[in-house]
Amino acid sequence: MSIETKKYPVGMHPALPPPSGSVGPLRWMRDNLFSSVSNTVLTLLGLYLVYIIVPPFIQWAFIDSVVYGAESRKECLAIMGEDRGACWSFVYRRWGQFVYGFYPIEERWRVNVAFILTFITIAVVLVEKLRANKPVLIVGILLPVVSFFLITGNSLFGLVDVPTNKMGGVLLTLIVGLSGIFVSLPISIMLALSRISKLPIFSIIATIFIEFIRGVPLITLLFIASTLLSYFLPAGSNFDLLLRVLIMVTIFSAAYIAEVIRGGLAAIPTGQYEAADALGLSYWQSMRLIILPQALKISIPGIVGSFIGLFKDTTLVVIIGLLDPLGIGMAAISTTAWAGLSTELYVFIGLFFFIFCFSMSRYSLYLEKKLQTGHNN
Amino acid sequence: MSGTQVQEKKTVTLGSLWRDKKSRGVILQIFAVIVILLFIGNIVSNTVENLDRLGVKVGFDFLTEPANYDINQTLIEYDSSDTHFRAGLVGLLNTLLVAVCGIVVATFLGFTAGVLRLSNNFVLSRLMQVYVEITRNVPVLLQILLWHGILIHSLPVPKKAEAMFEGFVLTNRGAYMPQPIPQEGFGWVWIALIIAIVGAVLFKKYANKVQIETGRLIPAIWIGAAFIIGLPLITFLLMGSPIEISYPELKGFNYKGGFVIKPEFMALWFALSIYTGAFIAEIVRAGIQSVSHGQTEAAHALGIRPDFTMRLVVIPQALRVIIPPLISQYLNLTKNSSLAIAIGYMDLVATIGGISLNQTGRALESMAIVLGVYLFISLFISGLMNIYNKRVALVGR
Repeated sequence: MSIETKKYPVGMHPALPPPSGSVGPLRWMRDNLFSSVSNTVLTLLGLYLVYIIVPPFIQWAFIDSVVYGAESRKECLAIMGEDRGACWSFVYRRWGQFVYGFYPIEERWRVNVAFILTFITIAVVLVEKLRANKPVLIVGILLPVVSFFLITGNSLFGLVDVPTNKMGGVLLTLIVGLSGIFVSLPISIMLALSRISKLPIFSIIATIFIEFIRGVPLITLLFIASTLLSYFLPAGSNFDLLLRVLIMVTIFSAAYIAEVIRGGLAAIPTGQYEAADALGLSYWQSMRLIILPQALKISIPGIVGSFIGLFKDTTLVVIIGLLDPLGIGMAAISTTAWAGLSTELYVFIGLFFFIFCFSMSRYSLYLEKKLQTGHNN
Repeated sequence: MSGTQVQEKKTVTLGSLWRDKKSRGVILQIFAVIVILLFIGNIVSNTVENLDRLGVKVGFDFLTEPANYDINQTLIEYDSSDTHFRAGLVGLLNTLLVAVCGIVVATFLGFTAGVLRLSNNFVLSRLMQVYVEITRNVPVLLQILLWHGILIHSLPVPKKAEAMFEGFVLTNRGAYMPQPIPQEGFGWVWIALIIAIVGAVLFKKYANKVQIETGRLIPAIWIGAAFIIGLPLITFLLMGSPIEISYPELKGFNYKGGFVIKPEFMALWFALSIYTGAFIAEIVRAGIQSVSHGQTEAAHALGIRPDFTMRLVVIPQALRVIIPPLISQYLNLTKNSSLAIAIGYMDLVATIGGISLNQTGRALESMAIVLGVYLFISLFISGLMNIYNKRVALVGR
């Protein structure tokens, strides 16, 4: 009543609240969930799907599950009684193997130090403030060398040699994944540059190499590494399986990343090349100072994507007999004590990869947003 | 003219050649060729030497020898006395089978999930996001193993399995279902089908022509579909239903007869479809988002109906963005099918590159065949892709 009696000059009336029913959660639900019959059906179907998947999974994985106090699957079942939950005990019991493989227990501190050093390197590469400081950057880039000596051992520093067949678990995944990406990056830049090069021989060689590697499955390349490579090398030379796998993984990811970088190079306007020429820069100067900084910047999301792919593909080494976390777990569940726990194993390893890959993909999205400087149209 | 004469008079030294951009390019290329040839020559001579030392012969004659191993799923007639070549062919067909089945399901899943992710329905778009993020970020090998484990461990053994309905049994040895076996006279049905398809295509062309000339719309797709289904059906009934159905029956520990889908195939099929579907969903989403809203508005302003707007304006433009990465996902799926070896599905890698290789010791030749086949598939598809890209490329003005 009071609204009616009060007088406002024309145009000065304060905005009235929206009519009830056009705001609030109910309105939102009507617009977004129940706007039509088919939409309502789909919503209910979706909710039902969540209902039949999520609560039973939580029940199985957390509420009814057993982690401590069981030495075998039988004991797990005994502890659970009527319930049929997950038996995580084998993960708990073999945690050391999952992380370090068969690395000698008294030497595991070396791997831990290497993990920390690697973490520092990654932080230096990723955090802009640290990267801007030249000495810090150089130290950060040299740390992997220290890690390498720490992990393989070196008599110079009084460290016992550890053969590569003792390395396994997360350690192996990180060795294959990280050295794959770091070594393949410079190779892939060279490949991309030579593929778009005006010199026909370089472009033909790079094209053949890239198309060959991208045309065949990684597993066949790994088979070549494990069976055929010894034919191609001088008689009597026999080098480490892990090293052979690393070489194959590196050239595999180099071919994929080269295509990503080629896309980045193609996106640079011709004017940039011409401007570099006009300044009288040599080919390498113009690449290093003008073209590559821009091309790499726009390729970063793609490179991170390739890295996620490479990281997931490290699981394939299990097929040629290296023991990554999946291999360690498969060895565990093939013992009589833990037989029949394959679902638990796959869920656990899946979670491990999910955490790594998901955070990397989020980081890539964040970079993509940050690097949008508004220059591209 | 005078310029070239001056240049000819100059004495050509190595240094001047290096300073000249063109001749430097030639020198670098010659150098690269020499390095590559030396590298290849080194590998070849090493290989020849190693093979000599080991006393291994090189040649593809082993392909005509009997394979002596069984394959649990074959699309063509095969038994263990057949040759390695035939075993490899069976493997290749198995690879292609799982690739084609996977591509069909992955496309369906991917398009559904991609469109639903953009829908206003909060529950559905979140569900699809969860699906995409979970499957994309977990290695496909793990997903294959997980599906295989679920199928093997959670399905009943044949003796305890109960038919879901007449003739359909789901066991941990496979999904059994009735198999129609064509009898004499069934060939006419195939012929009728071909005639119907040709007829439907011609009718669609005619309908297009009528629409362009007179503007009259003929529902050619519905009529064509009715034709394609109807004509073979009528032929089938006219021939007196020339088909016999073989039902699976429990004999001893396993079912015999009928059509069976092995758990290895199912696991590989599900895992590859679901994994690739997640990638396709992201491609479809990006494709639809790439079509600017102005296009839809312009179509509405021209008075085009919403369903035609989607079909004639939005989708053709989105497809231009969607198809190239989509094809590369198809190729990825085909290459990922080589992980079949982890669960014992007998594909190309598991037959020629696996058992045949181990039995004959012909590692070089076997791997060369496997690599060659995958390369052929990849390059063939990329070739088609390039032709398509040229056709749909925006004409620059």
